[in-house]
Amino acid sequence: MLPTASLAAVTPHQERLARGAVAIVECFQEIPCNPCATNCPSQAFALVSDINALPVLDWDKCIGCGICVACCPGLAIFIVDGSGEQGVVRLPYEFLPLPEVGATVLGVGRDGAAVCGATVLRVQNSPAQDRTPIIWLQVPPEHIMSVRHFKF
Amino acid sequence: MEQREIVVIGGGPAGLSAALQAAHSGARVTIIEGEKRLGGQLIKQTHMFFGSHKQHAGTRGIDIATLLENELRALPNVEIILGATVLGYYYEDGALTIEDHEAFRLMIPKRLIVASGASEKFLAFPNNDLPGVYGAGAVQTLMNVYGVKPAQRVLMIGAGNIGLIVSYQLLQAGVEVAAVLEAAPQISGYLVHASKILRLGVPILTRHSIKEALGKHTVEGAIIHRLDDRWQPVPHSEQQITCDTICLAVGLSPLCDLLWQAGCAMQYIAELGGYVALRDEGMQTSVPGIYVAGDAAGVEEASAAMVEGSLAGLSAALSLGYNSPADEELTAELRQQLDDLRAGPGGAKIRSGLEKLHPTADNPKEVT
Repeated sequence: MLPTASLAAVTPHQERLARGAVAIVECFQEIPCNPCATNCPSQAFALVSDINALPVLDWDKCIGCGICVACCPGLAIFIVDGSGEQGVVRLPYEFLPLPEVGATVLGVGRDGAAVCGATVLRVQNSPAQDRTPIIWLQVPPEHIMSVRHFKF
Repeated sequence: MEQREIVVIGGGPAGLSAALQAAHSGARVTIIEGEKRLGGQLIKQTHMFFGSHKQHAGTRGIDIATLLENELRALPNVEIILGATVLGYYYEDGALTIEDHEAFRLMIPKRLIVASGASEKFLAFPNNDLPGVYGAGAVQTLMNVYGVKPAQRVLMIGAGNIGLIVSYQLLQAGVEVAAVLEAAPQISGYLVHASKILRLGVPILTRHSIKEALGKHTVEGAIIHRLDDRWQPVPHSEQQITCDTICLAVGLSPLCDLLWQAGCAMQYIAELGGYVALRDEGMQTSVPGIYVAGDAAGVEEASAAMVEGSLAGLSAALSLGYNSPADEELTAELRQQLDDLRAGPGGAKIRSGLEKLHPTADNPKEVT
């Protein structure tokens, strides 16, 4: 139903994924919106005058800081890290209660279906995130491009 | 009879922006809002806004309301009347009648900006009068204004932005969403809003509609069915859904009664939600001195409503002689912002609606 076929276009090549944290921008529809580009401290997003244009991220400039994750009004940006033995997915999570660090949760995909077990590594909730907490999940490396939410 | 310079009707995003701009230009502004606080629908918007930073993108609607209100309250030339209802406009003498805490007031403004917003459309189906059938706005008010959990399990009708956003807010409040139905073949709201509820496991059923509500005294469920290419029910496609609430998010219509009363030239434009007033680029209607902005001028996103409000406020103030050298540049800048917001595929409906908006034989009043 959703144009996830476009997923390939927003997925960095294997070598970049293995190098460390990078943003995956799952924004597939031209809508008037640009906070990701204007808030990026690394100027990794192409700055274009048309605010309807799809965001274009330069994966080599992206440092995986996660600022765009909390400022994306569509909650459509995730950080994945495939550099370790275990993969890490950071995702926006606007629900209460927040999970405890160390908790075992069920990672789910874009359709809400179960993908794999996951462990909560970190709960980021600074004032700068403006009430969009970011949860760091440890998942098997083959699932970093699949887990986009979790249940517990 | 009270005399005023500029009266703005409605304290939502369009009205607040209109009042702010007119007051910044130097005019004395009175803003009248029916609720006890300013903000209109913004106070129910817990999500971050789209658009650019000029329309406060990335900031939550509720926080934009506070931001605009604080800015307005800091200005000495602004009068704020809350909890008052504008009852009518008398074109003979340009008077507004107002119910203000059980007192009757008559007010004659030199300029009037109508930013009265929109009302929710309803849907006809058997048992739609059962308690438990709500408009999405009511559900949002219960949850986000009064902190009341409105349901245990909801069936949402409509996958436009309101249906998708309210579904997400219901899930945040711990309410189950059984499904979101959309009669059209595709989701009409932003896909990012759809993705937020799909990953929470909520099915979005396109080409589906409600056949009837079930229940004796209150809603206990619903029968839904599939629609074919011609929007007709597919035989034997019925499914039963268990839910205690049915939430309707099937579109909005501009609230333009006051504009009709004032004798503004009106035109029916489906893409803009219903009847809307003809207006010029500065949002002045066919009646000189009466301006329109926001959903009352055509149903659209709140970011566009804010820009339209600023335009209306600026042109109303200009027409009273409150001008500055920067006005021309500001006008051009605001028009550019509107064009930018409407430029993408999501703005196609609005663009096509606005193109149709012009004087016709049935609607002879020229907008000058």
